Formats: sequence, C-alpha cells, structure tokens
Amino acid sequence: MSRLAVPKTYKLFIGGAFPRSESGRTYEVRAADGGFLANAAKASRKDARDAVVAARGAVAGWAGATAYNRGQVLYRIAELLEGRRAQFVAEIEEAEGLTRAQAGAQVDEAVDRWVWYAGWADKFAQAAGNANPVAGPYFNISVPEPTGVVAIVAPQDSSLVGFVSAVAPALVAGNAVVVVASERFPLSAISLAEVLATSDVPKGVVNVLTGSPAEIAPWLASHADVNALDLVGAGELDWVDLEIAAADTLKRVLRPEPGPDAAAPALDRIAAFTETKTVWHTKSLR
Amino acid sequence: MSFLEYAPAPESRAILSLRDSYGLFIDGEFVDGRGTPFQSISPASEEKIATIANANQADVDDAVAAARRAHDRVWSRMSGRDRGKYLFRIARLIQERARELAVAESLDNGKPIKESRDVDVPLVAAWFFYYAGWADKLDYAGLGANPKALGVAAQVIPWNFPLLMLAWKIAPALAAGNTVVLKPAETTPLTALLFAEIVQQADLPPGVVNIITGAGDTGAALVGHDDVDKVAFTGSTAVGRAIAKQVAGTHKKVTLELGGKAANIVFDDAPIDQAIEGIVNGIFFNQGHVCCAGSRLLVQESIHDEVVERLKTRLSTLRLGDPLDKNTDIGAINSREQLDRIRELSDAGVAEGADRWSAPCEIPENGFWYAPTIFTNVQTSNRIAREEIFGPVLSVLTFRTPQEAIAKANNTPYGLSAGIWTDKGSRILAVADQLRAGVVWANTFNRFDPSSPFGGYKESGYGREGGRHGLGAYLSPASVTSAGRGTPRAVEAAASAASADEKPARRTRRPARPAKKGAAK
Repeated sequence: MSRLAVPKTYKLFIGGAFPRSESGRTYEVRAADGGFLANAAKASRKDARDAVVAARGAVAGWAGATAYNRGQVLYRIAELLEGRRAQFVAEIEEAEGLTRAQAGAQVDEAVDRWVWYAGWADKFAQAAGNANPVAGPYFNISVPEPTGVVAIVAPQDSSLVGFVSAVAPALVAGNAVVVVASERFPLSAISLAEVLATSDVPKGVVNVLTGSPAEIAPWLASHADVNALDLVGAGELDWVDLEIAAADTLKRVLRPEPGPDAAAPALDRIAAFTETKTVWHTKSLR
Repeated sequence: MSFLEYAPAPESRAILSLRDSYGLFIDGEFVDGRGTPFQSISPASEEKIATIANANQADVDDAVAAARRAHDRVWSRMSGRDRGKYLFRIARLIQERARELAVAESLDNGKPIKESRDVDVPLVAAWFFYYAGWADKLDYAGLGANPKALGVAAQVIPWNFPLLMLAWKIAPALAAGNTVVLKPAETTPLTALLFAEIVQQADLPPGVVNIITGAGDTGAALVGHDDVDKVAFTGSTAVGRAIAKQVAGTHKKVTLELGGKAANIVFDDAPIDQAIEGIVNGIFFNQGHVCCAGSRLLVQESIHDEVVERLKTRLSTLRLGDPLDKNTDIGAINSREQLDRIRELSDAGVAEGADRWSAPCEIPENGFWYAPTIFTNVQTSNRIAREEIFGPVLSVLTFRTPQEAIAKANNTPYGLSAGIWTDKGSRILAVADQLRAGVVWANTFNRFDPSSPFGGYKESGYGREGGRHGLGAYLSPASVTSAGRGTPRAVEAAASAASADEKPARRTRRPARPAKKGAAK
C-alpha cells in the first residue's frame, strides 16, 4: 500500500518570508489533466504594495554588493535548483501535462539560464560601459547601474523557464524585483522562491506574487516607487493601459513578448533595467 | 554697481542675411505651411525676426512621407561610408558658417554671443564630426553585427539650445541610417531653418532631413504619426510624460531627455575658487535655461557663509544685457511665458520663507530679463528646492555629513545630473556611486562632449544621447530570436493577438493630446 502524501501549502514570497495573501484569498490550481493541485494564494493590492516596499528596501544592499558577489549568489541559485531537479520536473510534468523528458528539458534550460546570467554579473559593465575620449582635460567614464525596483509580469505559458528568463536578467545588475507569476502555472514559481529563500539571495531582492495578473499588474504599473515594468507576460492583459499608467512616473517599460521564446537570453534584457551613469572628473597636475 | 565699465562691443548682425519669412523644409525644399504662420521675435528687444510657417496635420503627413520615401529608397540603401561623408560635409559647412549661426542663435534665443559662439556652435560641429565617423562602423556600436536603423525618427527639441539639440538629434539618427522629421521649438526656429539651408548646400538627398515648424500641436501630431518608428524628445517632464502615454501600445522606440533639479554638492575641502566659478557656471550659464543646471547648491554647513558671500561678490560682476554684445554674461530670458514662470516660482520662494538676493544690475527696458538670484535659508520642502525653475535662480541648502548630502541630492523625482566639489578623490568616487543621476561632474560642471553619454535617471527621462550609447538609441540588433523581441514584428503579433479581444492594436490612432506648451528641457 502506498504512503499517503503530505501536500504543500503554496504561499506568497515577500521580503524573504512566505505569507498568505493578506486578503485571505486563494484560487484553485489544477493540473493539465484537471486534477486538483493546490490552493495558491491570490495576491491583493496590499500584497503588491508590501512586495514593493520589500523590494525597495533590498535595492541598496543588492546593488551595492560587488558584481563578483552577485555573480556567486546567482550561480548558487543554479546549484540549488539543480539539486532539486526531480521536484521541479514532477511539478512541471503535472502542471503543464508534459512528458518527463520535456519537463526535464525545461528545468535544465532554467538552470542553464541562471548560470549564463550569473556569469554576466561581473562582465556586463565592461560590455555596456566605456571610457569616453572627451575633447578636454577630463577623465570621463560611463557605467551601467541598476534602475531600482522592477515589476515583472512573468510569461504566462510556462512554469519555470519563463519565470527564470524574466527574473534572472533583472537581478544581474542589482535590481530588486516584484514578479507576478504565471496565473495558470504558479506553483513552480513558489517552489523556486523556496530555492531563493535557502540560497544567499538577500531577502526582498526577489518577491513573488501569485494570483490574477490582470488584478495585480495595474497596481504595480501605477506604483510610484516602481522604476521599471517588464510586461513580457502581459500580452493577454490590457497592457497598453499598463504602459500608460507606467508613464505617470516615466517607468522604463518592456512591452509583451509572445510565444515560447519570450525573454530568450539576451544582453539587452540586462541592459533594459540599467541606467548609464557618466562621471566627469578634471585632470590636473596642480 | 559695476565691476568694470565696458564700452559696448556688439557682434555685427551684417553676417546674417535672413529672409522675411520661412517655410517648412520638406523633401529638400522650402514649402508653405498650411497652418497659421507665427512670428519669431528677439527676446532681448521683442522685435520681429521673421515670419515662420506653421505645420498642420497634412504638413506633418507630407514630412513623414518624405522621410519614409527617403529612408526606403535612398538612405537605408546607401553605404555607411557615404552616409558618413554627408555628415562630414555638414560638419564642415557648420564650421564655415559658424559665426552666422552663432549670431542667429543669440538673436533668436537671447543667449550671450560668447556662449553661442564658443560653446553651442562648436559643439554642433563636433557632434556631426563625431557621428559622421560612426556611420560606417555600426558593427562596433555594441549591438552585434549588422544592426539596423529604426526607420523614420520624429524629433522634437526645446528652445534652450536650439541648434545644439538639433545636432544631438539629427547626427546620430542619420549616422545610424534613419531619416528624420524634426520640429524646433516655437520660439527658436531660426537656426534649424538655417540648418536646412546647410542641408541643401551639402546636397543631402531630399527627405533625409525634414524640418517642420509649429507649436505643441504640431509636435503632438508628429510624435503620434503612425509611420514614425522612433520618437526623440527633449523638453519638460510634463510633456515627456504625455508623449510616453501617446506612444504606449505602439512599436515606437522612445528617448526622453526631460527636466532636472540637479544638486551641486560642495564639501568644505573643495577648491573654493574653482567651486565658485563652477557654481556660477552651473546655474547661470545660458540664463539657467539648462535641464542639467546645478539649481540646488548643497554646501557643507561650515563653509556656507563664505560660499554665499563669495557668490554674491562674483555675481555682482556679471554683465546682463544685449546678447550680441561680446562682453555679456547673462542674456535675455527666452520668452515672456518663461519669465512669468521664473517670477512665480521665485515669489513662491519668498512666500515660503526663503531669503532672496538678486545681483544689482540694470534691466533693459524692452525684452525679457531676470537678474541672477540666490535664495538662502531654503528648506527641502520649498517649491524652489523641488521644482525646476529653468532660470537664473539658485537655491542654497546645507548639509553636515556626506550621507546627508547624498540623501538630499537624491531627494527628488528628477535624476539628470549632479556636481561634487572636494579635493578628496576617494570621496568623489564614493559619492558619485550613490548619486541617482545620469551625469555627474566632479570639480567641474556643465561639460558636454559628443563622445560622452548624457541622459537621466527616474523622471528625467530615459535613453542616452551622445557617445556609443546615443548611437544605440537609433539602432536595433540584427540578430533577434524567432520571437523577434522588440522588433515591429513581435509587437505586431502581440497587437494582433490583443486586437482579437478588442484591445488597442498597434497603429491605432489615439486621440490627439492637448497642445504641448512649454517644451523646455
């Protein structure tokens, strides 16, 4: 006789903790075959705002860490994810109705993308910045800096690889993020939050909300303490209204990307959430 | 009181041969506009300079169509080497006509001739020289091999550096292979129209550069035009915000260069003589009509009194008056509207309890003028410490520790520029790291160079102008994934998916926005 399983309660991930939604709401997540999987937390406006506060509080420390350190922390996520590969494969298999091989390929891709982005942490400034040969006695250098708090609507058609592809590049330069997970496939995002919680990522650097992107995204798009908005997974929402709301505080906006290749690994995904700072200094022997 | 008496030394206007009226420059020729023409006046005398055509929607359509044709048939097919040669030609023509352009700029804008002659116009030529060389080297712009031009660029520029802002916009756009429709500010169209003559002298293919004049609604029509691929705007944050809303949901790529409220931080070990000159240059250069002006002086408490006294002494030596006089330091305020705004904010400063001091200088009878002014005893909550005044008005605040200076400097929704004055190199670098501003000047201020990226954090806008980064703002990578992120195709697909649910699709015309007034950077 088989052992009776112990199912997990899936909650939000805010400021390094796993609270339920303050609203007390949950929604039912079902497997591809229709079977019950979990009651996921249905985040509210207040949860979103709490997440922004947590993210803002984490920016200085994460952005101020050395690039070498950020690279190691990001690489550590890949290590821990690899170690829990079986758990994610099973979760994705069930949620998305994939074969074991397909689910395994998604987890492998997610791990490899963490590794790819981790490696960029201490090189990106060299690719995106440079010294400028100005016509005068000045030292002049341009370097990329993180934009600050990035709100992300994760790709909606994928459990893990879409989520990772949207989150990892924003972290490379030192941003803190608030991510709205896939509404249909939210469980792997929360399981990934467990990986993040046990890795060395400082609390608040990544905050994960589950629930209705249509309900939560407008609060993030209009939040004055959010600096950038990644609408990669917002193609099915009224995303034009989100972009308009974001314009009130001149947020940097990435528009939706359709299809399975959404948020494919690219240097300009890192660049999208950075600002170029140029510093001039006089040169003189006196 | 005057530091020294100087005889008048006006630059001759004889070098100018202006027409009585100017049309729109579309498809290589000057044509009549279909809107109601307006006059450009000299802000120093209020005399009329020329009658200027006003582009309506149909004119905007013509200009964009000309730019599209020129892009598709000529400019996008031309080798980078030849595009570059055209830009080199333009740079040389600007140098040849430098004095004429400087006189025209000072006449139309009101800035001192020594600034238009020694700063604006030389930088304009430098900008074209710099980007000319990029035209056949786009593979090294940082976007991978074979980056592509975006297409037609709509460019709207302010009145504070009319010709220089034109150069910042047109030079990188053309080098990257785009064609442009540019709208200069309503109050300062003159040098853009002289530039159109230079474009003719350079024999640039028709339609590559189109210049249309008009007010805010012309700009809104241009920015909102469906066949525009790139929008570049320099001006106020309010208008920038409206543009960001206007282009939402389209495929347009946007660069916004908006307002600022820069902190100029002076530590007690600063080289004080240089710092005083830097503070003066930081806020009184170009009558303070500078988006990156050092309008908030943060001075360490221990040297506050000394700095303020020395500033007052220095300001008392500045000469305000005829912009065309070679000895003039402070020219005219660009328009009555701007003068009213400076007065309003300045009065608000007094009403909120700050102490106002203005340099003793004679104000000419005609024209728009504002004496260099310092506010002390300013609180961080005062309007003069928070809002962009865009005039020769300096707000002085104090701090005790570097941490306090950084916190106060960053306590603004803007983030365009900042200054640091100290003899301690390690402190400069640490403070520069923590300032949320796109340009940081250390022991200098208001330096510009075509190789040096310029642009803001936060509500000062996004995108960079100048340098390799400024070139990238007019390019997209050749190799994109099958999803084609950021390309028109991807957005098209997203939009068609969205339109199935009756959501706004790409190229759906949005209602016209209200007239864009005060397009001032």
